[in-house]
Amino acid sequence: MKEEGIELIKDGKRLDGRGFDELRPIKIEVGVLKRADGSCYFELGDNKVIAAVYGPREMHPRHAQDAKMAVLKYRYNMAPFSVDERKRPGPDRRSVEISKVSREALEPVIIKEFYPKTEIDVYVEILQSDAGTRTAGINAASVALADAGIPMKDLVSSVAVGKIDGEVVLDLNAVEDNYGEADMPIAMIARRNTITALQMDGRMTKDEFEKGLKLAMNACQQIYELQRTALIERYSEM
Amino acid sequence: MGLEIMDDVRRDYIYNLVRRGKREDGRGFQDYREIKVEKGIIKKAEGSARVKIGNTEVLVGVKLEPGEPFPDSPDKGVIITNAELVPLASPEFEPGPPNEDSVQLARVVDRGIRGSEAIDLSKLCIEEGEKVWIVFIDIHVLDNDGNLVDAAALGAIASLLNLRMPAERYGLSGEGEEMIPLQDKPVAVTMVDIGGEILVDPNYNEEKAAVSGLTVISNTDGTISGMQKYGREGLKEEKVSEMVEMGIEKADELRQRFL
Repeated sequence: MKEEGIELIKDGKRLDGRGFDELRPIKIEVGVLKRADGSCYFELGDNKVIAAVYGPREMHPRHAQDAKMAVLKYRYNMAPFSVDERKRPGPDRRSVEISKVSREALEPVIIKEFYPKTEIDVYVEILQSDAGTRTAGINAASVALADAGIPMKDLVSSVAVGKIDGEVVLDLNAVEDNYGEADMPIAMIARRNTITALQMDGRMTKDEFEKGLKLAMNACQQIYELQRTALIERYSEM
Repeated sequence: MGLEIMDDVRRDYIYNLVRRGKREDGRGFQDYREIKVEKGIIKKAEGSARVKIGNTEVLVGVKLEPGEPFPDSPDKGVIITNAELVPLASPEFEPGPPNEDSVQLARVVDRGIRGSEAIDLSKLCIEEGEKVWIVFIDIHVLDNDGNLVDAAALGAIASLLNLRMPAERYGLSGEGEEMIPLQDKPVAVTMVDIGGEILVDPNYNEEKAAVSGLTVISNTDGTISGMQKYGREGLKEEKVSEMVEMGIEKADELRQRFL
C-alpha cells in the first residue's frame, strides 16, 4: 500500500494542481436510463459511475421479505475495463464489502416502512475508476433513489479524505491513493452532520482524523448542493 | 416470524435497560466482558490464538506458505485474511460461501494489521519477484455472542506475536525457525450506540438492539490504523469523535493486559 519515492505535494499544491481542501470536478446527470425507475450518472474527476434504482417491487424469495418494511439491496460492480489491469467480472470480497457499507450509508434516509414486503434495488456500475468510486457510487445512488421517487428524509453525500506526504487532504485521486498514507471514505447526511458510513485504512492520528472529518463535512455540503441542483434542474425541465 | 417478535422484545428490553444506565450482564457501559487470550494452541499452525470475550469464542490460526509476490510489490510478502462463520457458532450462520458479514469481518481485521504495518512485509521476501512468504490469517468463529471483530482482531495479533517461519518444511535452508518480529500491536475496539449511549464490547443481544456501531483499530502510539462504521442508522459527528477517543483509550488497556 505505502510506497516510497513519489512526491505528492509540490509547493503546497497537489500533483493535479488542487489545494488540500479541493474536490475534483463533479458532473451529475439525473434520469439517464430509460428502463430504470430512477438513475443518475456521476463523474468525480476521472471516475465515471452510473446508478440505477428499481422498485419498490415484490421481493423474491418471499421468505426474505420483511413484513414491516422494504428491504434495500445495493450492488457495487466494477466494469472489467474500468481499471488499469482488467478486473475479473463478478463480485469479489472488496465489492461485497463496499456494497454492504454503501447500503448502510443510504438506509438511514430511506423510509422503508412505506413499502413492506418489497425490495428496493440499487445497482451501481463503475465505468471508469480513479479512486473514490465507492463515494461516487453513493452520491449517484442517493440521487437515483430520489429520481425513483423513493420517500427519503434527506440526501446522502459522500467523499473520501486521506493523508498524503503527511498532509490531510480531500478527495484522493488514484496516484494519491496508491502512494498515500491513509484513506478514509465517509458518507453523511450533510445537513445534519450525521455520518452514515465511515471506513479508514492506513495510519493517522486522532487530530488528523478530526481534521479529515471537518474537510469531509465541508465537501459533503458542496456535494449535497450539487445533487440538489441536479435534481431540481431535472424536474423543472419537465 | 417467531424469531422476529423475540428480536423486538429483546431490543426493547436492552434499550430500556440502557436508559436506566444498566446492561444485561451488569457491566458498565465502558467495560469489556472477561477476556481470555491463549496463544500457540494449534501445533500445526505457525501462529495461533484462542480468544474469548465473554461467551464469544474465536480461534485464529496463521499459516505461512511460499508463493508468488504481487507484481507491484515484488520484494514484499503478502497477507491474506479470511474469516469463516461456521454453522457451529450460531443458529444464524449457514454453510456455504462467505457472505457479507464474514467478508467484512476479515477485511476489517486485515485493514488494522495492514495499516499498522505490524508485519514488516519486506522481511518476508525469499527471492525478489519470484518467491515471498504468504501469511494466511484464518479466523474461525466458534461461538458468536457478539463482538466478533474485537475477538478476531485480538486473536490475529496474538497469533502473529508467536509466528515462526516454517523454512525447513519448504526446503528453504538457512532460515531455520526464525521468529518474525512485530512492529506494532494494533487492537480493535468496537462500540455501539443504544439510545444515545456508547456501549463498549456489545454482546449478541446488544448488537441486535443497536442501530449503529463503530470499530476503531489503534496502535501502540495511539494512531488509528483502521475504522469501520456499521448499522442502518447514522452517527452524529460528535458521537464518532467520542467513540474514536474511547476506542484508542480502551485499545491501550487491552494491549497492556493481553499482548
